[in-house]
Amino acid sequence: MAYALQQLINGISLGMIYGLIAVGYTMVYGIIGMINFAHGDVFMIGAFVALISLVMLVSGGIMDGPAAILIVLLVSMCVTALYGWTVERIAYRPLRGSFRLAPLISAIGMSIVLQNYMQVAQGARVKPINPVLPGGVTVLEADAFVVQFSYMQMLIIAVTLAVLAIFTWLVTRTPLGRAMRACEQDRKMASLLGIDTDRTISLTFVIGAALAAVAGTMYLLRYGVIDFYIGFLAGVKAFTAAVLGGIGSLPGAVLGGLLIGLIETFWSAYFSVQYKDVAAFSILAITLIFMPTGLLGRAEVEKV
Amino acid sequence: MSSATAAASAAQRPSAGAAALKDAVLTALIALGLFAPIVGLRTDVSPTGGLMLRQRWGDVAILVGLAFAGRLALLAWRAMRDGPKPASAGRAAALRKAGAFVTPVMLVLAVALPFVPGTGRYELDLGILVLTYVMLGWGLNIVVGLAGLLDLGYVAFYAVGAYAYALLATTFGLSFWICLPLAGILAAFWGVLLGFPVLRLRGDYLAIVTLAFGEIIRIVLTNWVSLTNGPNGITSIPRPTFFGLTFSAGGGPGSFADFFGIEPSPTHRVVFLYYLILALALLTNWVSIRLRRQPLGRAWEALREDEIACRALGINVTTTKLTAFALGAMFAGFAGSFFATRQGFISPESFTFIESAIILAIVVLGGMGSQIGIAIAALVMIGGFEVFRDLDEYRMLVFGGAMVLIMVARPRGLVGSRTPTVALGERKTIGAEHVAEGRG
Repeated sequence: MAYALQQLINGISLGMIYGLIAVGYTMVYGIIGMINFAHGDVFMIGAFVALISLVMLVSGGIMDGPAAILIVLLVSMCVTALYGWTVERIAYRPLRGSFRLAPLISAIGMSIVLQNYMQVAQGARVKPINPVLPGGVTVLEADAFVVQFSYMQMLIIAVTLAVLAIFTWLVTRTPLGRAMRACEQDRKMASLLGIDTDRTISLTFVIGAALAAVAGTMYLLRYGVIDFYIGFLAGVKAFTAAVLGGIGSLPGAVLGGLLIGLIETFWSAYFSVQYKDVAAFSILAITLIFMPTGLLGRAEVEKV
Repeated sequence: MSSATAAASAAQRPSAGAAALKDAVLTALIALGLFAPIVGLRTDVSPTGGLMLRQRWGDVAILVGLAFAGRLALLAWRAMRDGPKPASAGRAAALRKAGAFVTPVMLVLAVALPFVPGTGRYELDLGILVLTYVMLGWGLNIVVGLAGLLDLGYVAFYAVGAYAYALLATTFGLSFWICLPLAGILAAFWGVLLGFPVLRLRGDYLAIVTLAFGEIIRIVLTNWVSLTNGPNGITSIPRPTFFGLTFSAGGGPGSFADFFGIEPSPTHRVVFLYYLILALALLTNWVSIRLRRQPLGRAWEALREDEIACRALGINVTTTKLTAFALGAMFAGFAGSFFATRQGFISPESFTFIESAIILAIVVLGGMGSQIGIAIAALVMIGGFEVFRDLDEYRMLVFGGAMVLIMVARPRGLVGSRTPTVALGERKTIGAEHVAEGRG
């Protein structure tokens, strides 16, 4: 029981990270209908920018602790958002209105570029950091098993919830959010009604990248080790989460992320660590076979 | 009219130049924001175990300068392109005439390559590699180009073929020629097995599930150590024989050199492997061209164009999709067992997602559905990748950049025209934009 509770905590904090990345996938998919394959690598860039600014702050002796985390988060969000914007501008905008596979291949190419760019710029070795926020609260002690709720996990859950709250407000209450939703429903009609669709799409990428940067920073702080290759697997899992929740649906993306995080954690805890990815992918396949539009997705109406 | 436009654009030129300069400065600023944190500050593991920063502002300056110059050059090129255009109708006709010769010339070159003077071991090995990808491209083309089903896990079938041959040959001592069809059948079986549950899915859902299956197969191959020897892979896979004649380097009785009474040479095996993969690739090509003219191939293409209309016309969508999956997988299985026999060693490392992505990129860059386009794309991508081998760690960077660049420049692929499979009367070449890409 205590063991399960611990896994629940671990799973939720992992799922929050997946959820944040998944929101970026689902947003882009909703608006321009393409799989942004490079999004996982944008997450990786976010983690690296956080690493660099953290090393600068801490080893420079400028500051430490929670204040440093806040600054690192903001720096990472800004730089990564710039990367998200650039990726869209270079690789996707020229292909707007082209056929469906062209942006997909371009995105795969961009993913290769970002990964190898980071490998060349920062080296192929893994980058370890010292824990920034050690310690935690003991929730329960039973059968000689101590359930720990670490400060870092609390931070991840709190930051994710705060960011998602801001994001929800942005999408539902602001003119930009209205423009985004309008583009999602009908891009041509939205542009006829005076919405600058190119700008809206750019901003979608910027917001998605900023959310991925939050996820990257949290990943770095939680696990303490990153390398240039983390983007691929995290990206695939997050996309799985987005599809599981119903692609195009924002609450679905977060729900899917949580589910994938929980499935992965419980599977590793009770069955085998090696096959945790198999478990996540199998659940995806099974869900899609029985609910082809995901958990919260809208059923697609077929028109002749 | 045109002189007036020219005069107007001449009057605008100073301001256009200023605008271009402003644009380039903005690009340079963005580049500074992109490169300053990641290139400028390099994290290294310090002797004490922690991380330290190394500053490299010179590299950042070079990159920002490159972005500035590149943007200016791009703007200048665009201004020139938008200027007066030369008559392109004559050029297009000339190109089409030349295009008719491309296929036979490439085929003759491919057949004659081992006998071209100056062709050494290296060129032949490169040829084998390119032909392997041509074959994989043609195989995937059946699924993606003809039936319009987006498959991101194609490498799984390649892996099934490779492991099928390696395991059958090392465990039961079966020869390559018995294993080749078995590997193909096994891969096709897996194609049906994986294809069956996902047939209800469409578009990107199908893409992600096939990707997931590809990853599952790779993870199983890595972790099922008792069968596959895990990450260490399978070694000493037997080499193929030529009607029972071996290609041992020392000659000896029963060897190829001994039977034909020629000097033993290690090149014989390479040449043999080269012709083997050429034959396999041409088989793939021949089967897909023939099938396109048959009811099954027409059903695939109809399915790609409009699934609902297909169903209304009574085409069995399930069987049609499954046959496409199975045939594509079978050719990947053949290619996989060839890969295993050529390398003599396989491990799960060779079957990562990036391989699927490269094969799909070859199909799309070649212009989906165009056989010769895929061959050219494989030559450009894989050959180009080898040409840039001196770039070391920058090689993949250039490779990815080239993928983006080709796609942005030619979204419909390198070969942008199609000949319809069936035509009433004259067979006209149409633009690739008239061909649907399928939603399955």
